[in-house]
This record gives sequence, structure tokens and C-alpha cells, in this order.
Amino acid sequence: MNIYVCVKQVPDTEARVQVGGDGKSIDSADINTILNPFDEFAVEQALLTKEKNGGEVTAVSLGDSGAAAAIRTAMAMGVDKGIHLKTGQSADEPLQVGKTLAREIGGSGVDVVFFGRQAVGNEHGQVGLIVAELLAIPAISEVSSLEVGSDSASGKREVEGGSESFTTSLPAVFTAQKGLNEPRYPSLKGRMAAKKKPIEEREVTLDEPKLTVEKIGYPPERSRGMIVGEGAAAIPELVRLLKEEAKVL
Amino acid sequence: MAINVMVAVEVRDGELKKSGREGLGLARKLVEQAGGGEVAAVLAVNSAGELPTQLAAAGADKVLVAENGEFSNYCPGGFTAAVAAACTSFSADAVIIPASALGKDLAPRVSARLDAPVASDCVEASMEGGKLSATRPAYGGKVQVTVSFNAQPAILCIRTNVFDALAEDTSRSATVENLAVELSEADLRMKVSAVERTAGECPDVSEADVVVSGGRGMQDGEKFKLLEELAQSLGAGIGASRAAVDSGWRTHSDQVGQTGKFVSPSLYVACGISGAVQHLAGMVGAKVIVAINKDADAPIFKVANYGVVGDVFEVLPALNEALSKQS
Repeated sequence: MNIYVCVKQVPDTEARVQVGGDGKSIDSADINTILNPFDEFAVEQALLTKEKNGGEVTAVSLGDSGAAAAIRTAMAMGVDKGIHLKTGQSADEPLQVGKTLAREIGGSGVDVVFFGRQAVGNEHGQVGLIVAELLAIPAISEVSSLEVGSDSASGKREVEGGSESFTTSLPAVFTAQKGLNEPRYPSLKGRMAAKKKPIEEREVTLDEPKLTVEKIGYPPERSRGMIVGEGAAAIPELVRLLKEEAKVL
Repeated sequence: MAINVMVAVEVRDGELKKSGREGLGLARKLVEQAGGGEVAAVLAVNSAGELPTQLAAAGADKVLVAENGEFSNYCPGGFTAAVAAACTSFSADAVIIPASALGKDLAPRVSARLDAPVASDCVEASMEGGKLSATRPAYGGKVQVTVSFNAQPAILCIRTNVFDALAEDTSRSATVENLAVELSEADLRMKVSAVERTAGECPDVSEADVVVSGGRGMQDGEKFKLLEELAQSLGAGIGASRAAVDSGWRTHSDQVGQTGKFVSPSLYVACGISGAVQHLAGMVGAKVIVAINKDADAPIFKVANYGVVGDVFEVLPALNEALSKQS
């Protein structure tokens, strides 16, 4: 089975994020980066799919040197090979990224493509679905359980207050929700092996952007409220405030 | 400059979701700011019934209806085809889609099919000087990014519970147009075979008007009974911090925060949640926040409108009792 997993290096969720001097960018100087947490579930599912059905797992990432770091982490988990689509351009727009990935994956005879549900950082949650639509293959997003057979797959995706069961033919795209599996931790041996695995590098040029960033700013700060009191004794006053002042009861 | 704005409204079990009314409210605002244009709603349903009348009352001038036997459950390929066809028929300059489970899945597909850009999870949108722009949180809500669109139609996936719906006006009427949507074999390759609703009456955290949420301070899953009782009397959804989910006390679908759900209820009650930045990202949009925590220095108190410092196992029963006396 020809299995692809698309990965991205993202700012650590703990990172302090500062707006750049131009008010239109993020100052990334001091930000520690990690493999996107949702991509860990995608990589794990790709590896499980290979273990069950046989084949090979290729990790693809688009961007600068961070992309290579994401591929190496995926390799340390067990991915066989990597494709680094190199660009110096900002690759923040889902449609641009989706088109570039679709061009790469399109001719590869792929059976299954995994993505994380969304990348923390930009939080778009679009690229996997865009790639599927451009390749004219089915996509199931935010998958919480999945069984991949030889020419079809079935599973569940979470929706408000429940879940949807689905079936699909292959090839198909799946985006991984947290809880899909327990991502394995890269072993020392895995990390050593990753260094020797092949990464193909290709220069790519993105299409013209269709969105313009006008401004990046901090959200309006919530003003600190009041401490109503301590312990159960505070409850009558809390209930009164919620009713009379906040008017939410 | 006139602008035509279309809203892809969501219908579940024959009922119009509130998010559709919120989308129509935003659409009317954009048309007003543009100084003219029309508002349409697009429906992909098994049978439209009375829904067009309800959509007119919620602000639609026109309702585009795609009826199909395959549309009783979410049919991604079919819904994408319907929205794309409606877009062309209505000459939409902007398309509003709710950022629900369905909408978040649909918007990127429509984007790719129409080669049109999407702003995900918008919390603000405006039309000024002939330019449409949208603001969305990024980096776990640590910043907000405002983007403008260089291509049309502009697709805005909007966070639910954020935009105001209009007051229902039953004197309004809308023209209804039936869309002929031909589904290709490719549109039906992925099928939803069944929809299971989780047992219990609690609404989903992402849709609930009130959310009561528990964290590490709840100590174990069993003690969430106290929150279930509170949720019952408030008609609330039950949320959880990552700590509570990772401990196996609640399922991931309850998780509020950067790797869970983003919620904007009228009231959010955080119990035994210290307020890690990743959690705050998911709930800081709530209109009123109440925090109950024994640590007076917990970061949750920095965002809470009302704080109670104390043991949740002492405070929650007292709150439950006070609320039960009220009703």
C-alpha cells in the first residue's frame, strides 16, 4: 500500500507569541517548534495502516528547514521516506498549500493520505480536504476511529453530540482527530535510523495568494473580574450576581 | 458597492440550526455595510418543508433549495456540489458557512471546487470601503489575524455563538429557487452510513449556551456527577480540560481548548480548572466566566468575571442546592 502522511512543524503550544514590528506577522525568533500534535496521530495511523496492509509510508512537508525537522520526527516514529517541498515563501494560505501538495501527491499512485485535523498555529483545518477535492478523491475529516482495508475504509468521525459512521472507497484522504490512536514515542534507535533515511528535496513555487493579511494583533483582553468570596458561603452572592448583574441565569 | 452574500445553513433532524440564523444576521450586516445587495440561504436537504419560510424570517431574501434523497445525512460531495451550484446561480460575492463539524468539513471542499479562499473560524467580519475583511484567532487565540480577500467568492467559516441572529420577522418573505444538482458517482464515494447520538440530554459543548467544565481538580471521573447535576439544572453542556480527558475521566469530544473545541457560550463555569493557556484559548470567548478553584493564584481567575476560591467538592454541592431551590 502506498501511504502518504502530510506533516508540519509548528510553534510549541506553550510558546509565547509576539506580534512582529510590522503588525502583520509573528515574531518567530524565540519560538520553539514541534511536530504538529495532530500530525502525530496522522503519522501513527499511517504506520498502523502499513503494519496491517503492508507497503511504504512517505512523509511530505512544505516549507523551510522546519519542514525537514517535521519529516525527521515522523521518520523517527517509523516513516520510511520523506519529500521536502522547499519554499522560501510564506506558506500560510490553505489553498496555496493544498494545490502544491496535490500536485506532488497527484501522480504518486497513492492509496491513503493522512493529515492532522489542523495545524496548531494557523489553525485553518483546511488543507487535507482541499487536497482531496483537487485530487477528486473522497476525504473524511476529524476521524476518531478508522479501519483501512485493501480497497475501502470505514470508521467514525465526531460531530456535535455524537458521531457519524462512514464508509469510503480508496484512494482517500483522512484527517486525524485526537484520540484516533496513541502515537508511539520515537525510540533512540528510531531517531538514529531516521538520520539515514532518504529525504527527497524539491524546490516549489506557490500560486498567487488569494488572501492578504491586513493586521495581526492581540485579542481584546478580558478585564479581571471579582472574587465573590470563599467556599460555599460565596454561593448566595454568586447566584445573585449571575441573575441580577450578568443576567445569565 | 452592492454585495451578494449567501449562507450555507445547517439542518439537523429537520430543524434549522441556530448557526444558520447567526450567519444570516452577519450576511444582512455585510449587505448593509456595502450599501446594497441580496442575502440568500442555501439548503441541502432531503425535503425543505417549512424551512424556506423560517429562513425568510431569519433574514434571507432568497432561498436556494437542493433536495435530494441522499441528503438526509451529511453527504460531503453532494453538499459541495449544491453550495457550488448555488454560488454560481446567485452570483455570490461571499459565502458564509458555520464552523460546526459539518461546516468545517464543507468549507475547504467548496474552496477547492470554486478556487476561492476561506477564512476559518472567523469571530469578526466587516465590509468597509468596498473591501471585505475577516478576523480569526490564531496561535491558540494568542493573536487575532485580520485578512482581506483578493478573489471571489470569499468564504467565511464563522465560529458559532459569536454573531448575532436577527429578531425573527415573520412578515418577511423570500423567493425560493430549486437547484438541480446532479450528483456524480464521485460525489457519493464517501457515505455516512449512520449517525449515533450519545445518550443523555446534555447539549454538545460547542453548541450549548451554558457550559460547565471540570479539570484536574475534579480528582476522578466519578466526581463529574456533581457537574452533571449542575449541567442538568442549567441546561448546560459538559466540558473538560485536557487534564481531565487525558486522565480518562471524560471523552475527547468534551475537551475544551487548543486541541479540543473552541466554545463561546453565554456562561462558562470552570470547576477545578487552573487555566493553562491552551484551555483559555478554547473558552476565553465566553460572555461570562465563573471560576471555582481552591488556588487563589490560579490563572483562571485572571479571565473569570466571578471567582469563588474554595474546594469544588464543597462549593459545587452548595451551588447545586441553591439552583435547585430556584427552579
